[in-house]
Amino acid sequence: MVMVCGVKTANANPVFRALADPTRRAIFEELTRQGEQTVHALTRYARVSQPAVSKHLTVLKRARLVRHRREGRETHYRARPEALAPMVDWLNLYGAFWRDRFDQLENLLNRMDP
Amino acid sequence: MSQQSRTNPAECPRSLVVERVFPHPPEKLWRALTEGPLLAQWMMKNDFEPVVGRRFQFRADPAPNWSGIVDCEVLVVDPLQRLSYNWGVGDPAGGLQWVVLWTLTPVEGGTHLRMEQSGFGPNQQAAYQGANYGWQKFFGGLERVLAGSAS
Repeated sequence: MVMVCGVKTANANPVFRALADPTRRAIFEELTRQGEQTVHALTRYARVSQPAVSKHLTVLKRARLVRHRREGRETHYRARPEALAPMVDWLNLYGAFWRDRFDQLENLLNRMDP
Repeated sequence: MSQQSRTNPAECPRSLVVERVFPHPPEKLWRALTEGPLLAQWMMKNDFEPVVGRRFQFRADPAPNWSGIVDCEVLVVDPLQRLSYNWGVGDPAGGLQWVVLWTLTPVEGGTHLRMEQSGFGPNQQAAYQGANYGWQKFFGGLERVLAGSAS
């Protein structure tokens, strides 16, 4: 429980928070599906304003879920799926937490009156 | 009687699922899930009551980076069948928000208990059904992303 809720959550936190927003999740998914995309292409895809898309991309960039490069007047973004690793670790830890709770529940049920 | 638990975190992370068949009737499992003093014996100290909208806390010993408190609100109480609450860790503004859903199904000689934990970040508890779907869909995609990133 300690590791699950404390230290490891701190590592996974920026990733979870960045992906908590449905539009950001959609943008990240689109980048993993289509490869590198310009901000213009992502704006067409997300159907929100370009400033809104840029704001979402900044959050994704801070969580290291995307990286960018400039080419002429366009900025190109690509996904960094390896940044999802802390999230997967975190899910593994929570799995261990719940299995332990299930064991304790089983003990309790055996002690309870029918 | 199956006593095994199954999770799908790494290989299939749609959401976190743990399930097990217990050789006890649903009524008994429901009591263990919904009576605070019983719940405390296998989960954590709590002030839970099975009333939709009820805010409660699970409390464990504090640890570095964690107050030991899980802030919850009851979302679904469907006696003997379904129980759901959200599960908040950290401060309300910057913490993480999850939904825990318990499902009980009578089976021959006992009860199948399923726990599903899905998450969709802070301050979105109102959008339970829709957001939960969106997150699950994302986890489906994540599976493919992770498979692809290995190459």
